[in-house]
Amino acid sequence: MILLETEALTRAYGGVVAVNKVDFQVESGLITGLIGPNGAGKTTLFNNITGLDTPSKGRVFFNNKDITGFPAHKICRMGIARTFQNIRLFKDLSVVENVMIGRHFKTGRDETKGRFVNALKSYVYLKREEQEIYEKADSWLDFFEMGQFKNELAKNLPYGKQRELEIARALATEPQLLFLDEPAAGMNPQETEHLMAIIRKIRDLGITVVLIEHDMKLVMNICDTITVLNYGQKLAQGTPREIKHNSSVIEAYLGKEEE
Amino acid sequence: MINFFLLILIYSGIYALMAIGQNIITGYGGMLSLCQAGFFAIGSYTTAILATKLGWSFWATLPAAAILSALFGLLIGLPTLRLKGDYLAIATLGFGEIVRNVLNNWDSLTNGPMGIQKIPMPDLFGFVINPYRKYAFLVMVILFVVIAYLLFQRLARSRMGRALAAVREDEIAAQSMGINITKYKVYAFVLGASVAGIAGSLQAVFSLSVTPGTYTFMVSVMVLCMVVLGGMGNFKAAILGTFIIQLISYFPQLTGLSSVIPPQFKQILFGLILVVMMIWRPQGLLGREERTYGGSTERKGGKR
Repeated sequence: MILLETEALTRAYGGVVAVNKVDFQVESGLITGLIGPNGAGKTTLFNNITGLDTPSKGRVFFNNKDITGFPAHKICRMGIARTFQNIRLFKDLSVVENVMIGRHFKTGRDETKGRFVNALKSYVYLKREEQEIYEKADSWLDFFEMGQFKNELAKNLPYGKQRELEIARALATEPQLLFLDEPAAGMNPQETEHLMAIIRKIRDLGITVVLIEHDMKLVMNICDTITVLNYGQKLAQGTPREIKHNSSVIEAYLGKEEE
Repeated sequence: MINFFLLILIYSGIYALMAIGQNIITGYGGMLSLCQAGFFAIGSYTTAILATKLGWSFWATLPAAAILSALFGLLIGLPTLRLKGDYLAIATLGFGEIVRNVLNNWDSLTNGPMGIQKIPMPDLFGFVINPYRKYAFLVMVILFVVIAYLLFQRLARSRMGRALAAVREDEIAAQSMGINITKYKVYAFVLGASVAGIAGSLQAVFSLSVTPGTYTFMVSVMVLCMVVLGGMGNFKAAILGTFIIQLISYFPQLTGLSSVIPPQFKQILFGLILVVMMIWRPQGLLGREERTYGGSTERKGGKR
């Protein structure tokens, strides 16, 4: 089943076409890799799907619903969560607070009534709501074995943990689809190994994962299917084995062989 | 002397309300707004005009002042929230000045630079809260501050406070976490404005007259200083900061040295304090409120 699909998605900045008529499909339940040389338009594609940027042309469908041009917070509420290439944690908040923010709209029982009504609600009610948010957030921290860091400031975590915390925060929104933008960037081999185990665990929870990554060992190891972008266009799509032997992919990465 | 001290306390209370509003906008929402004086003026004039021209009682003008200020908060909030940092500061500063200039020139309604005099004193079940009998007035002001503190504290410790903190820390990440950032920024502005409007209302019935000269840009700056001095993102700190700044600004009169120390002295002191604070304690006297999770009891306050 196709969970997410883009139809001729194009994003141009003036004369520069960062993403050019890309048809990108994400199969439900699988881990999809998105690779390509620097500047190929991978992150731009992510941003256009998750609502941080608006496509110039083309459509995005999620669960067969047209979500093109929806604001980012709506797209998140529909079940698409993401992480960022350059870590974007709430640095001066504690680790658990970061994850609790991920629970924000999940506990909004009276979203329609507005916050002022909430301010007037009973102390008991508020206490219970906060407790609920905290417990859920805490269980996500346990999933990542980060319970002992919960009251540390996010900025004080080691780098690898910061990346994991970003994933935990995204998962707290209980998405159907999770976008990871270079999750292994800057990680050492052990951390990457740990991350791979985590990504598999996430898939086993029934969450579809899409990841941009330059670490080929990781991509080839855990992805079920891979899409290759180059100069904003889709170059190839297939299983890791197919991609490894695709001549145009090899050319894009290594250059043409001299005749 | 005791009378004078009561006066300082009453002004501290009125300014504390404004500082609480500034704290939700700047301390939690991270938006540098410089128009608390504008909302303060709107609150004061609402009470003054409704009470003198239409004969409303103070208690009826109070919600009107809050709502009208909140409305202006919405009005200024919606278009300017695309702006950040210093640009937002300039836009809001402009709004504050516009309010003052309108009050100065709309003679038929505001009586221009002369202002409005003879505002009736508030009474409660026949008991007149006479601003010359300062104890009763002080009790009323303190009640207002306590109620505002409790309400805002509760807001800040709920999902809303966390959402605002997220918006302050990283707007893009906040959006991607399902937070409607525009909505929360406008909320902060509206709440901050309404509480400043209430402060204005109290100011009107305390001085029993309003003139545009009271609501200058310096008031906004002072309120911002109070929040920065106490510690951003901490309501107790905002109230403490207000009290300290008020003490300092009345320092010459308080010590009986007003003939020796020129009134400009307090501006030198403000500047000095802010510079010293920025160097040694940029987080303010008390610092941001920190919450610890996980224990059965929740620890509050503390430094970081």
